[in-house]
Amino acid sequence: MYAFDFVKAASVEEAVSALASGEAQALGGGQTLIPTLKARLADPGTLISLAHIDSLKFVRAGDGMVEIGGGTTHATVAAETAQTYPGLADLAGRIGDPSVRNRGTIGGSLANNDPSACYPAAALGSGATIVTNSREIAADDFFEGMFATSLEEGEIVTAVKFPIPEKSHYEKMAQPASRFPLVAVFVAKFADGVRVAVTGASNDGVFRWAEAEKALSADFSVAAVQELKHSDDDMIADLHGTAAYRAHLIGVMTRRAVAQMV
Amino acid sequence: MPKDSGIGASSKRREDLRFLTGNGKYTDDVNVAGQSHAVFVRSDLAHGRIESIDVTEAEAAPGVLKVFTAKDFEGVGGVPCGWCVTDKHGEPMQEPKHPVLAEGKVRHVGDPYAVVVAETLDQARNAAELIDADITELPAVVNMKDALKDGATKVHDDLTSNLCYDWGFVEENKGAVDEAIRNAHHVTTLELVNNRLIANPMEPRVAVGEYDPWKDEHTLWTTSQNPHVIRLLMGAFVLGIPEHKLRVIAPDVGGGFGTKIFHYAEEAFCTFAAKALKRPVKWTCTRSEAFMSDAHGRDHVSKIELAMDESGKFLALRTDTYANMGAYLSTFAPSVPTWLHGTLMAGNYITPLIYVNVKAVFTNTVPVDAYRGAGRPEATYQLERVVDKAAREMGIDPVELRRRNFINKDQFPYDTPVAVTYDTGDYHATMDKLLEISDRDGFAARKAESAARGKLRGYGVAHYIEACGIAPSNLVGQLGARAGLYESATVRVNATGSISVMTGSHSHGQGHETSFAQVVADMLGIPEEQIDIIHGDTARTPMGMGTYGSRSIAVGGSAMVRATEKIIAKAKKIASHLMEASESDVEFANGQFTVAGTDKSVAWGDVCLAAYVPHNYPLEDIEPGLEETSFYDPANFTYPSGGYCCEVEVDPDTGKVDVVAFSAADDFGNVINPMIVEGQVHGGVAQGIGQAVLENCVYDENGQLLTGSYMDYAMPRAYDVPMFTVDHSCQTPCTHNPLGVKGCGEAGAIGSPPAIVNAVLDALNDFGIDHIDMPLSPQRVWAAMQDAKSGA
Ligand SMILES: Cc1cc2nc3c(=O)[nH]c(=O)nc-3n(C[C@H](O)[C@H](O)[C@H](O)COP(=O)(O)OP(=O)(O)OC[C@H]3O[C@@H](n4cnc5c(N)ncnc54)[C@H](O)[C@@H]3O)c2cc1C
Repeated sequence: MYAFDFVKAASVEEAVSALASGEAQALGGGQTLIPTLKARLADPGTLISLAHIDSLKFVRAGDGMVEIGGGTTHATVAAETAQTYPGLADLAGRIGDPSVRNRGTIGGSLANNDPSACYPAAALGSGATIVTNSREIAADDFFEGMFATSLEEGEIVTAVKFPIPEKSHYEKMAQPASRFPLVAVFVAKFADGVRVAVTGASNDGVFRWAEAEKALSADFSVAAVQELKHSDDDMIADLHGTAAYRAHLIGVMTRRAVAQMV
Repeated sequence: MPKDSGIGASSKRREDLRFLTGNGKYTDDVNVAGQSHAVFVRSDLAHGRIESIDVTEAEAAPGVLKVFTAKDFEGVGGVPCGWCVTDKHGEPMQEPKHPVLAEGKVRHVGDPYAVVVAETLDQARNAAELIDADITELPAVVNMKDALKDGATKVHDDLTSNLCYDWGFVEENKGAVDEAIRNAHHVTTLELVNNRLIANPMEPRVAVGEYDPWKDEHTLWTTSQNPHVIRLLMGAFVLGIPEHKLRVIAPDVGGGFGTKIFHYAEEAFCTFAAKALKRPVKWTCTRSEAFMSDAHGRDHVSKIELAMDESGKFLALRTDTYANMGAYLSTFAPSVPTWLHGTLMAGNYITPLIYVNVKAVFTNTVPVDAYRGAGRPEATYQLERVVDKAAREMGIDPVELRRRNFINKDQFPYDTPVAVTYDTGDYHATMDKLLEISDRDGFAARKAESAARGKLRGYGVAHYIEACGIAPSNLVGQLGARAGLYESATVRVNATGSISVMTGSHSHGQGHETSFAQVVADMLGIPEEQIDIIHGDTARTPMGMGTYGSRSIAVGGSAMVRATEKIIAKAKKIASHLMEASESDVEFANGQFTVAGTDKSVAWGDVCLAAYVPHNYPLEDIEPGLEETSFYDPANFTYPSGGYCCEVEVDPDTGKVDVVAFSAADDFGNVINPMIVEGQVHGGVAQGIGQAVLENCVYDENGQLLTGSYMDYAMPRAYDVPMFTVDHSCQTPCTHNPLGVKGCGEAGAIGSPPAIVNAVLDALNDFGIDHIDMPLSPQRVWAAMQDAKSGA
């Protein structure tokens, strides 16, 4: 770790202005950023901690929506959306391990947009809206590829609004070492159609599987996606899975998710 | 009846109180006044020529005391290898120099070429980034077979090739083995890889060096399984410090699994630099550093051929193995694929003819050495995999094929064709027990139940033998060991009857402080609490060889028994004087000395006090005091054996393997503490599951370590292992040590991998898959099923 200055922001405004002044980076739960710092892969100068901003920590349900503060931990989401949005609660409850879930935050996870992270699948699969200190961004416009989002420098995720589907399920095949998704699929069935979001698989990060959405919107059944195969173009290939294996898993995880929902 | 103390009791591990409450004293807890901090600068290239290292800027950085490079070590010895293997032509192995800091070339990712010592760790880290090293990348040799090709890049320019040795065992049998294989009814052949592993003890390595110029004394605190061995190797071969001026302390050590046996450059560095700088020097390995600097384990590529007659009787066995040594020879590396491997190739079976060939190869990778089981897992894996394959090819049930070839219990002692003599064993008994505890009869129903859930269930067995309790010094000396392998104990009875036992064994998780105390308590008939076990400090314990090779209770425990016997003999003399009786009439039981046939008695405590306050004492016959030392050198290895069974479920869509049941029926001879023994088996099996299903150390073709963190190196988690069913009721006591014990530390890691792989292949029986190399990751299992389906 390089030496850094540390600012405990008390409000979003304070954090935003601190971030605007020179070399500084927001610190959420630190579950991604701290290991990066320890490996000396980043030298942010100043860390602006969001952990003490109470207005970033909430879970509110109503009007067919769940709205979650950007500083809310995975464990809190798992506990507090269990009734309102069980598919999301289940996803949050299976991120990492208890210490990760009790520190890591939804805002940090979405801002980081790791190509193997869980939350991006829920956000994209639900058609969520990412709220920042300055604007609202539709999930379809938010994720811009591996570790890339449409957030501007110094912009903070203050909340995420999830429309609640009729049914949803997150099916995850864990990478054997990191236990992040090797491939995971979030399927959400809304009155007006089905959304299928895939994480872990693509070099472009989280994405929607249009063919599966179309097939399932027409006929929400395992049979509808039984023969569907995802192409292995641009799939991640590494020690833990070839592109062909990942493409295969997209089909398997999608069918399993649907099987849980019908 | 389970006992509640002494030998055979499941006494609670006394050390756990401090470990579980965070009160252990580990090497990183050692902070010496005035200490400075060392940061090693390690190569990020697998192979490179060092053109120049400019340290000017780094040395000028804040807080820096000095930057060391190879030139500071001119005249200092290299890190030695403790075992010399003689090749099949009778020539000694090729042995490269292993400098403390890289000289001329860097030879693996992680090879240290400079060290910054500074006032604080952060200052040292910052300065390390200012070192300007000009290193020209050279082609790396990673694959062992490529490394042996003509014209391959040499890891060591001064050696003739990358071949460390070509070992044949037993060379004289080769012709007969070849002949038998040529003429056999059936030969089963299998090529397999024993995957490279990283031990990953919970505590990374740490070294703290201190030098007292007024006494000219060095102290090294280090995370070691054998402080006396480190003192010997480092003092004699690297730094030239005589033993009486060098103290090595290995306090609480958080797991070793073999990787903390070896003498490492960092230990020598901290000891050396403490004198050079006249400041204590501390180094704490980061986890990332551990991946590229702790000795790795396994990494064998083998071909095994088993010849049988019509009835499946084994006639001959031939193996051909490439064993990766990495870039330098770690302390015991040459012995692992040879004497700890070739001598075990008979397994539990009567195979009259065996020939083992091993080519040890230098590559641009981290040195490879002993890891839990060391050589024996590699032998067992080959053998128990080829036997399963043979059973399939011959249409014989795999359990039945094993039974047909087992050495029967009336055949012990049994001379194998690979130089060792098994003293005792009863393999049919452990196999019977295994089938019972694994409920083989109920398997079909469980398989059907799994099938109903869409899962493929498999049942696999393996039977192992291991040679442990290493070992007779004269024998290992003939085999190339550059050290003896006895063990020592001093039993110091204090004046009021409590006891301090100083042992040369070292406990780093095994629970010696509990189980060793049970033995002495049992012999003396006094409470365990009255006995303390002291280990891990060369200044406090007699010269001993440490803990590895499941040797502590068999060798260290035996030394302690011998010393305690001497105590009892002397105490009886004192007691006979106190009771005015003839020594031959004195009996000793339950902590009381009595005179046979009378009501005269004297208690243990009174005798101890008399020894130290010898007012009424036979000073003309015996010395005061009650302290005895023994050095025990065993007559043979011990031979634990057992049957292991694994049940798996394979997900046919994803290839994921779940280990759903695991049973172990071990014969460890007599058992001192059943709970500790079970814990050792649990840990070993968990590591075996790790090897078989998850763990794999992978280098790319340029010698870059792809699995350099837990993001890519898959360690087993609690939910990856099932509840284990373990049994050690089959006991054929060792015939040549006083406790009749055999050792249990490595068995789990030796016997489990083949059982797991056999189970997976049983689950995949319908696919006709012969073999899948470990780890059986989802991707590999899925790919094997795909290939089988497409007929590839
Ligand atoms: C052992 C382990 C296992 C894990 N397993 C999983 C898993 O299975 N699935 C999974 O999805 N994740 C996993 N994670 C990652 C975890 O979910 C992280 O918590 C998450 O990715 C980042 O959230 P954070 O709050 O910790 O962010 P930090 O680490 O603090 O920050 C990450 C990045 O986001 C920025 N940032 C933080 N908060 C905000 C905000 N509110 N607005 C804008 N930018 C912000 C930071 O500046 C930084 O660039 C794992 C992590 C660990 C350590």
